[in-house]
Amino acid sequence: MSDVIRLKVKRQERPGSSPYWEEYEVPYRPQHNVISLLMALRENPVNAKGERVAPVTYEANCVEEVCGACTMIVNGEVRQACSALVDTLEQPIVLEPMSKFPLVRDLLVDRQSMLDALRKVRAWVDIDGSYDIHEQSPRISPQDWEKHYDFSRCMSCGCCMEVCPQFNSKSSFIGPAPIGQAWRFSDHPTGRYFKAERMRALMGDGGITDCGNAQNCVRACPKDIKLTDAIAKVGRDTTIQMLKDLFGR
Amino acid sequence: MAIKKPRIIVVGGGLGGLWATMRIAEAGNKVDLFSLFPVKRSHSACAQGGINACMDTKGQHDSIWQHTVDTIKGGAYLGHQPPIKSMCEDAPGLMRTYDRMGVTWSRTPEGVMDLRLFGGVKNKRTCFAGATTGQQLLYACDEQVRAHEARGLVEKFEWWEFLSIVKDASGRCRGIVAMDLRSMETRVFRADAVVLATGGLGLVFGKSTNSTNSTGAAASRVYQQGAKFVNGEFIQFHPTGMPGDDKNRLMSEAARGEGGRFWVPRKKGDPRPPETIPEEDRWHFLEEWYPAYGNTVPRDVAARAIYKVVYEQGMGLENDLVYLDLSHKDPDFLRRRLGGILEIYEKFAGGDPTKIPMKIYPAVHYSMGGLWVDWELDTATGAMKQPSPRNHQCSIPGLFACGECDGAYHGANRLGANSLLSASYSGRVCGESVAAYIKGLADSCEDVPEGPFSDEKKRQDDLNRQLLANRDGENPFLLHKQMGDLMREKVGIVRTNKGLDEALEGLKEIKERARNISLDDSGSWSNQPLAHARGVQDMIVLAEVIAKSARMRDECRGSHWKPEFVLDIPEGKFPGDPEFEEYRAKWKRNNEEWLKTTVAEHQPDGPRISYEPVDTSVLPADQPRDYR
Repeated sequence: MSDVIRLKVKRQERPGSSPYWEEYEVPYRPQHNVISLLMALRENPVNAKGERVAPVTYEANCVEEVCGACTMIVNGEVRQACSALVDTLEQPIVLEPMSKFPLVRDLLVDRQSMLDALRKVRAWVDIDGSYDIHEQSPRISPQDWEKHYDFSRCMSCGCCMEVCPQFNSKSSFIGPAPIGQAWRFSDHPTGRYFKAERMRALMGDGGITDCGNAQNCVRACPKDIKLTDAIAKVGRDTTIQMLKDLFGR
Repeated sequence: MAIKKPRIIVVGGGLGGLWATMRIAEAGNKVDLFSLFPVKRSHSACAQGGINACMDTKGQHDSIWQHTVDTIKGGAYLGHQPPIKSMCEDAPGLMRTYDRMGVTWSRTPEGVMDLRLFGGVKNKRTCFAGATTGQQLLYACDEQVRAHEARGLVEKFEWWEFLSIVKDASGRCRGIVAMDLRSMETRVFRADAVVLATGGLGLVFGKSTNSTNSTGAAASRVYQQGAKFVNGEFIQFHPTGMPGDDKNRLMSEAARGEGGRFWVPRKKGDPRPPETIPEEDRWHFLEEWYPAYGNTVPRDVAARAIYKVVYEQGMGLENDLVYLDLSHKDPDFLRRRLGGILEIYEKFAGGDPTKIPMKIYPAVHYSMGGLWVDWELDTATGAMKQPSPRNHQCSIPGLFACGECDGAYHGANRLGANSLLSASYSGRVCGESVAAYIKGLADSCEDVPEGPFSDEKKRQDDLNRQLLANRDGENPFLLHKQMGDLMREKVGIVRTNKGLDEALEGLKEIKERARNISLDDSGSWSNQPLAHARGVQDMIVLAEVIAKSARMRDECRGSHWKPEFVLDIPEGKFPGDPEFEEYRAKWKRNNEEWLKTTVAEHQPDGPRISYEPVDTSVLPADQPRDYR
């Protein structure tokens, strides 16, 4: 076992400036993950040439793979950096920012477009207000619960968007994650009251028909969410909605 | 004569902040919501096990009264009781509301919300969504706030850091100064009311179960501007943390609630793999010491029991660990009920918890203390009056606090699954309180002269400029680590006055060194070291509050434990026995001296500590906590 961990990071000072690669050697410690490695580097920000440099900018919060913040490309694979355990990674460990979202600095990107898409597909249940009406929502069978729970764990991390060939700066495709949420809320017993609006939001340009069926999304999801199932169902339901709209019901 | 178009700021987008935002927006007011990061990534997502509410759907005759009693006693009587009573009464309604928002509650075979058992209680009272309850509740609120955003009632300022409040000549809060974490520019935002919902302070202890942004810096900033801070000494150590160098990931209390058993080998240093050690060679210390509650005693009791096994009896594994064992349960049941957390253990610690016992260790988890907040008594019911502009208002008028950064509801120890409840409930109450407060405001923040705003902005700009100009000084990340190490060592599960004096001395030195922080990044774009350095300086101030409050409290209560002042229940004796009654009398005498709220106020030379009485009008302190 080597006494250092070799690390190579694609850096960029700000949007529009030129990217460059920088290498580091961090003292070995068992149980390091990529985020704890970047944390250790901040305490002594020196590159492999021995130069003192600005610490690498990155985003992290929970460090237990539930908030989605620290998503980046680790050795060519998009994933949460916190659960990328150093002992399981080939070295030098190569870190890059996600490529499908605007870069802020180094490994930090801006995934606002994903959150805006949730608004576009009305990814919520419409309620009268956040007060008690002394009634619950209708019962949900354990089988339906399991399907919904699968999708409600989506942390908007962007892995599925990163690997989707159709989602990029040149296309208006909304991407897999928001489609999954549109399905989930349309399958909810009261959320379905606004299913038509959600399906209409996914028709036309940038909508469901732009999906190229590459199925990368479902393989990249760190939570194994069955995104392609939702895409198939939404594909069918948007067609039904289109026909309903066409024939005036 | 209410003001036209009031402007309201909420800082923090976890459960507390999002609930406050919803209620303020639903009253027709526009909210500016500030967060260090997209609100969906807030620390509320990390809460796993569930949220307490008396649904009474398990044939156990559970009652709201019992929830109230468990919460009060679990907190060793230190929480004001009327607000606790209100929280427990309103909890079932909150669960119904969450259900309408589409929260994916785990279901019984007939499709209604399921309940599980948690610590410190005897009835199943915890609603849950798999093992990601906090994430599910946070997302539900995030979705509702997004709907309000679409309606034009909410504007988000994500990637902005709160730096300070601005007070007018009369001392009323009239806005904030915040920093854009990309351009690093500071800006003034006027507001008619400001809500802080900025979460916990685990990072003061360096390593904790908290997210890396739970620094307590925002609470520290308003404390330094005159807001009172209460019960700082009460820090919860979660008994089932996973050891780790970067953080202590959490193994949910649900693991105990679903049947997990603590044990260590009876033979010290037993070399056998744990799964091969037979039952008779395992010491289930909690079941032996607390037969009535067993493995589901409250967190403070469990954490101290582990401390005793490990440090006093030297029976720990690899020095300081114990086993938490689920391997006797059906793997399918475990996957369904605890999937999310078993995954975390497998990913970070390695090993399949359905087959091999997990190794765990107590970790800093939650701050019961926080900003002083007011509340109004409803004399007719003995509960909290709602709505009232007094509820959740800090000692600075116009400033409100909710969620973990306030010091209400949990007294000296929080019960498991009461934090998602208090975060949601306090946010709701706080939002309603703000809506009531602005109705009574005579003048708008727009009428306040420019002076206090530009002065405060200049003060903040000067602080930034100085940090950027310093050279060859202390590294803020290293200094933070050293402070955390000191706090965990000297202000931990078991405390001594000698150790606390050393902590205060050490903090003084660290504070001095923090004046000389320099940054390895002098850039003006997304400069994370600058933001962290400011956080470290403010964390030190909170660390002093915590250590000083602990030094002053010469007793054992809830999570605060000083062995030199311990009052033990006589072994094998129960109410009615003369020995127990003698103990009860001593316990009551101690309450006369110490059943009071610690109040810290900022002074240039450190915190000034005073005390306030606790409202015990719901359940008088007659019954000592007893989980045997």
